[in-house]
Amino acid sequence: MTLNAILITGRTINQGATIENKTSLDYQEATALCELNSKDIGLLGIKPGSQISVKTDHGDVVVKLKENNGNPDGMAFIPMGPWANAVVDPDTKGCGMPGFKGIKARLEPTDKKVLSMKDLIARYK
Amino acid sequence: MTVITDALCPFCGCLCDDLTIVVENNKITDIKNACKLGSAKIMGHHRIEAPMMRADKKSEFKEVSYEEAINEAAAILFKSKRPLLYGWASALCEVHKKGILLAEEVGAIIDNTATVCHAPSTLAVHEKGLPTATLGQIKNRSDVTVFWGSNPVHAHPRHMGRYSVFAKGFFQEKGRKGRKVIVVDVRKTETAAMADEFIQVQQGSDYLVISALRAILSGHADVVPESVGGVPKEQLAKLVDTLKAAKFGAVFFGMGLTQSISRYKNIDNAISLITELNAYTKYVITPMRGHYNVTGFGQVCSWETGFATAVDFARGAPYYNPGETAANDVLMRKETDAAMIIAGDAGAHFPADSVRQLARIPVIQIDPYWNPTTEVSNVVIPVAICGVEVAGTAYRMDGVSLQMRKMVEPTLPTDVEVLERITQRVRKLRGE
Repeated sequence: MTLNAILITGRTINQGATIENKTSLDYQEATALCELNSKDIGLLGIKPGSQISVKTDHGDVVVKLKENNGNPDGMAFIPMGPWANAVVDPDTKGCGMPGFKGIKARLEPTDKKVLSMKDLIARYK
Repeated sequence: MTVITDALCPFCGCLCDDLTIVVENNKITDIKNACKLGSAKIMGHHRIEAPMMRADKKSEFKEVSYEEAINEAAAILFKSKRPLLYGWASALCEVHKKGILLAEEVGAIIDNTATVCHAPSTLAVHEKGLPTATLGQIKNRSDVTVFWGSNPVHAHPRHMGRYSVFAKGFFQEKGRKGRKVIVVDVRKTETAAMADEFIQVQQGSDYLVISALRAILSGHADVVPESVGGVPKEQLAKLVDTLKAAKFGAVFFGMGLTQSISRYKNIDNAISLITELNAYTKYVITPMRGHYNVTGFGQVCSWETGFATAVDFARGAPYYNPGETAANDVLMRKETDAAMIIAGDAGAHFPADSVRQLARIPVIQIDPYWNPTTEVSNVVIPVAICGVEVAGTAYRMDGVSLQMRKMVEPTLPTDVEVLERITQRVRKLRGE
């Protein structure tokens, strides 16, 4: 099952508390995740904690699924950081700011592993 | 054992100045009053212990001396035709001054982390100005507080307690009970859950919603459709009544406005709304700045160059045009041929295409910690932590300058020392 969603990225308290410790597993656990509400999780047919593939026109990334019932239907949230930035829109729209919010994304369950920070950045080298 | 009272927190733009730090044998052993974010930073993590270099970014780093690393950094900047000096938000104003001098001497573009944060707010301020106030005034006076596209429970955990919601002020003795709290967001955040009124807008519709509020405020409710950006007209009309009824209203905004589709135009429209509300009562608007001294870079860069950030020294004189000269613009266009990343982490916080360009070019990193920028760097120079090991000037989110205190003695060189040595070496390479 593929879920079409609008992706936004942003801060969370756990992302902030691990921001100076980005080689740690704590940072990965705080930021390599995608929040959906329980209805959307139900549509995907998988449980929170499962791996999910997030694809946009700008890239793809595998993160863990997390429930957040504050999200409206069809909204995905990934904490700011390298996993989110693998799929955000780089276009600065003539004012210097890339598109970190409001990106069309396709979400699917996957068996692929979540890459570590080092392996994720190694994809760019 | 030393106890430092009224220490300042070097994490977010709140710059909380009431921390108590306990130091034993030059190590911080306890912190009081800090939030989870501040505590995590001040208590510290694994540091990079020595300078490192590598020619090939896929190979392992080799430890080198500070002299070798500084000489190589200077050589990279000296050879570069289009260098980028980026970061700065986790450093003190004294560091910014040295960085801007180096940018001028090597003809670089200098940009700071606001470029992925509140730089669009600066563009809006160019257009409309900024009716604002200090957080102290807001604490003492505001009876309506609006958070628009910002989530202080997560990003500025003590903001509501110290300044905007729960704080008791001179004219606001009741604290939370004396303030109406409104949250406008695309999702029901923890901040929204604590509000008296939550306005849920459809993602990317903030500009429309602000325009509708302005229309209703100016007596043109008749032109507003029944629903705007997912918000019923009735709720918008009620919100305008609440805003007008304030004696002193304070609006705080975050990335929900700066990073959504309309970018700086969202802020431009929001400032217009605030200006118009001032025809009825007193209103102020303040950006929720992220890093503790991101505001400081804007101040120093403005007084040194005339522009707040994204300043291009390629022509000798400072030139500024975000969309052309901001860090992601030049990286995405593959113009940047060398980069120095200091007190910021482009590797983690830039889109993949920008990080790909960093991976192609020589990169110097000056930072206490190993992070994604380290992964794409050739030269890594570890430094002391500003605001923990180095004293100096920082600017709070409301533009108030404060003196950060030293909590422990540094064991590594400071950013200022490293930048001075790189600048001296560049001058030597130029034969000066």
